[in-house]
Amino acid sequence: MSVQAPPAAIPTPSHIEPPNPSHPASTSPLPLPPIFQHDPAPPQLITQGAEALLYRTTYLLPSIQCALKYRPSKPYRHPILGARLTKHRILSEARVLAKCRKEGVPVPAVYGLDEREGWLMIEWIAGEVLRIKLNEWLKQRKDEKVPEERENAPDGGRIHEGLHVLKGLMGRIGSAVGRMHGVGIVHGDLTTSNLMLRPRSNDTAEGGAGDGDGILDGEVILIDFGLASQSTADEDRAVDLYVLERAFGSTHPRAEGMFSELLAAYGKSFKGANIVLKKLEDVRMRGRKRSMLG
Amino acid sequence: MTTTPHLQTFTLEHLPPGYVMHVAVYENVRNAGFLQKQLLDGNEGFEYAFVDAGVVLSTTHLLAAIYRALRDFQSGRMKSRNVHSEVVFSLSSNNNISESFRRFGITPSTTNLIVVKISLPSKQVSRDEVLKHLTEVIEGESVDFCDEVLGGMVDEKRVRKVYKLGGGKSGIVQSKGEGEKRELEVLVLGGMALRGFGG
Ligand SMILES: Nc1ncnc2c1ncn2[C@@H]1O[C@H](COP(=O)(O)OP(=O)(O)OP(=O)(O)O)[C@@H](O)[C@H]1O
Ligand SMILES: [Mg+2]
Repeated sequence: MSVQAPPAAIPTPSHIEPPNPSHPASTSPLPLPPIFQHDPAPPQLITQGAEALLYRTTYLLPSIQCALKYRPSKPYRHPILGARLTKHRILSEARVLAKCRKEGVPVPAVYGLDEREGWLMIEWIAGEVLRIKLNEWLKQRKDEKVPEERENAPDGGRIHEGLHVLKGLMGRIGSAVGRMHGVGIVHGDLTTSNLMLRPRSNDTAEGGAGDGDGILDGEVILIDFGLASQSTADEDRAVDLYVLERAFGSTHPRAEGMFSELLAAYGKSFKGANIVLKKLEDVRMRGRKRSMLG
Repeated sequence: MTTTPHLQTFTLEHLPPGYVMHVAVYENVRNAGFLQKQLLDGNEGFEYAFVDAGVVLSTTHLLAAIYRALRDFQSGRMKSRNVHSEVVFSLSSNNNISESFRRFGITPSTTNLIVVKISLPSKQVSRDEVLKHLTEVIEGESVDFCDEVLGGMVDEKRVRKVYKLGGGKSGIVQSKGEGEKRELEVLVLGGMALRGFGG
């Protein structure tokens, strides 16, 4: 899944617009969602995943920001089955988001959708995905030559402060995930790209002060419910946690050691969470066996 | 968006040129029964969306319904008689059209009223025409279409009831004040967007 890919680099599916021989394929435009066809300026493309394009645009008035998630039809799919699949995914994501929001789980609000055209319009979340925030934070610590926590640091106080901030964040993630599980939703794709950190509204401008401890501040918002489902099965919940643990392990090995903080907060977040934590041990075991075999 | 006394004129994002809405709000309306009768009789001089302000949380809430109606109009997916009745139906979170008129539309007991007139590319109406006609037919005091006024007219309990957002574990119970209002608003918008698809 590429991030901030420039639109020019993305080839257009041939059924949307036949390749123009006078232009190299790489400069042909993306399949623009029909909703944008009357806009004076093209919307801002934020990301392009395998299945969805995400745009930043406006809802009703220029002052209301929103995100538009577009699932263009795929040329390799049977048109009727493809349309059915798109409809199913749009509605499924919208329903899960609406349910979460109703139950107080921190997710973007649903503003609108068109299951035929294949788009979902949701609240714009300010801030960045966790993956970017964690990288920023780790890089800053590296630049400041903050050694690993167990080493004898010349400035122990500051390091501890830093770890304290990371611990706090892990706790907030654990609570948010637990909250979601507690209302009967499993996410299906919990990665550090599907969690966002939204600056608290009364914060001073981002990056202004520059002391940097604010990088990991903010509210944890869960996004991307494209693979989510309604489930209260401990196994499904444990798999969500396992996927997240692996995501931390692969993208942020230095933060992985803090995963226990996340799990501790998760364990307190809803009735039955501790059973899920037990189940997680089974899931890990299976994962290890599988990786030994393969 | 242009403002002159008592009638606001809007265009909305992502619509083709030529779609313009005129919105007015009245308090102390004394002839709601007459106005509703014009709709029921199909009086062509009264092609308006007459919305009971008691179930409208904010300007955004109303604009969302107008936007939905115009999109369904454009794509040939309207479920009711015309684009004005469709605005009222678009406030609903279920597919029952006559129920939506009873819940969101004008009734003889309506005292606070929102009036929407849509000017379509095929059927243009100027704001002067609208203002003139409304001044003639509505017995009530014209006030601004703004969140402050709507906030004073809305019955949030009623809104919660019609959108099935009663207490329980709902997030709106936990937040307070302005945050609570905004929370209620986004839940309503979600309900409207998912109309007919279940929550
Ligand atoms: N509501 C939002 N506000 C701001 N940015 C968002 C929002 N939703 C998504 N994004 C950004 O867009 C990216 C892609 O969105 P998302 O994760 O929903 O789609 P995806 O991974 O391409 O979809 P899928 O996995 O369902 O095919 C996110 O990682 C995030 O950077
Ligand atoms: Mg994603």
